[in-house]
Amino acid sequence: MVDREPTVSEEELHAYVDGQIAGGECAVVEKWLESHPEDAARVAAWRAQAEAIRARYGAVASEPVPPRFDLDRLTRANRKWPRLAAAAALLAFLVGGTAGWLGRGAWEGAMPARAVTTEALDAHRLYIAEVRHPIEVKAGESHLNPWLARRIGYPLPTPDLDTLGLKLLGGRLLPGTSGRAAALYMYEGSTGERFTVYCRRDQAPQTALRYRATGPVGSFFWVDDDVAFVVSGPADRARLQKVAETVYEQVESHQRTSSTLRHLSDVRAVRR
Amino acid sequence: MSGFQQGIQAAIPALRRYARALTRDGETADDLVQDTLVRALRSEHLFHGGDIRSWLYTILTNLNRNRLRSLARRPAITPIEDGDAADSSGPEAGGRDIERALAALVDDQRVALLLVVLEGLTYREVAEVQGVPIGTVMSRLARARAQIRAYLDGERPPLRRVK
Repeated sequence: MVDREPTVSEEELHAYVDGQIAGGECAVVEKWLESHPEDAARVAAWRAQAEAIRARYGAVASEPVPPRFDLDRLTRANRKWPRLAAAAALLAFLVGGTAGWLGRGAWEGAMPARAVTTEALDAHRLYIAEVRHPIEVKAGESHLNPWLARRIGYPLPTPDLDTLGLKLLGGRLLPGTSGRAAALYMYEGSTGERFTVYCRRDQAPQTALRYRATGPVGSFFWVDDDVAFVVSGPADRARLQKVAETVYEQVESHQRTSSTLRHLSDVRAVRR
Repeated sequence: MSGFQQGIQAAIPALRRYARALTRDGETADDLVQDTLVRALRSEHLFHGGDIRSWLYTILTNLNRNRLRSLARRPAITPIEDGDAADSSGPEAGGRDIERALAALVDDQRVALLLVVLEGLTYREVAEVQGVPIGTVMSRLARARAQIRAYLDGERPPLRRVK
């Protein structure tokens, strides 16, 4: 009788454990396991593994979805921010990039994001608390912007946040990692709350806008055209995002005007 | 909200679960999910019907593979995981063991196992996500299971019979 028993392959054992075989075949496998203790032990071990994995990670799916995944917000951010990302995607498409290639840029920024954000937040916390010397060079001084732009090696326009009720106090130069200098602009609101815009050259690929809050301080981070920006202030996300968007728009329109010619010739080169 | 967006919305909890198990780090996992969502929203025109969940798993899997590649190019700054061997007892021990066992797998095998066991995808769906024939998925699954079993047996010989 036993000789006529159909052989059960390892693949069928996996399918049995994973519930991916038909009900009728289940009975065949179960019968097989009764007379094959080694296979029965394997099946038991695989089941235990699956249970351990589900026990360890299953609950994540029942956690409330954090607000950072709000799709409307991500879509808006998407539309407003990465006009450059769209350009990068187009370029990737043109050079025949794969899905993975596109994702790479989005991801690789995440690690530098933490380093730059940490630097910026340290500076933010240190200097916003200063009553008398929060900045090095006052807003009115005509050399403020040329000086900072020259030292960080990037023609950064001084962000103007007047429309948001934030007055420019001034700026300072900071040391960044790998010897790259950083510029820090500080702004003050009507109730004395302070915001900073931190900027330095960074060879990180472009990233989408990222928000992080640590205690009372929040920050938005992005990388554009090899320059990293961190906008920090009180952890009121909506307001901070407005500030960040304003800075982004100003920087971008500045870039656009200064690089239109270069960009046009790039496009022509790609078409050819 | 469009049907496309609703499909994405509904998948977020599962994506977070999958990403957490893939990376075994909450913050890294959520960054990965956010990048996946941003990319999906931006690529609606590239989605030609089918199961939106599988499509999202595919994006996330690819982004994670690239993340691992870029990590491999960097000097290692990850903590040495085996340094805290004292933790192999106590209530958390079971969870940590499976976590380490998963960490020891080759990425493709880990992906195959998690998609089947944790996310409940069929072998065919996993094959589509990974872009390989079903036979390859089966052998990845088999190797992953054999390796985890060997890992768990080897690491905790006195406790292996605990059920």
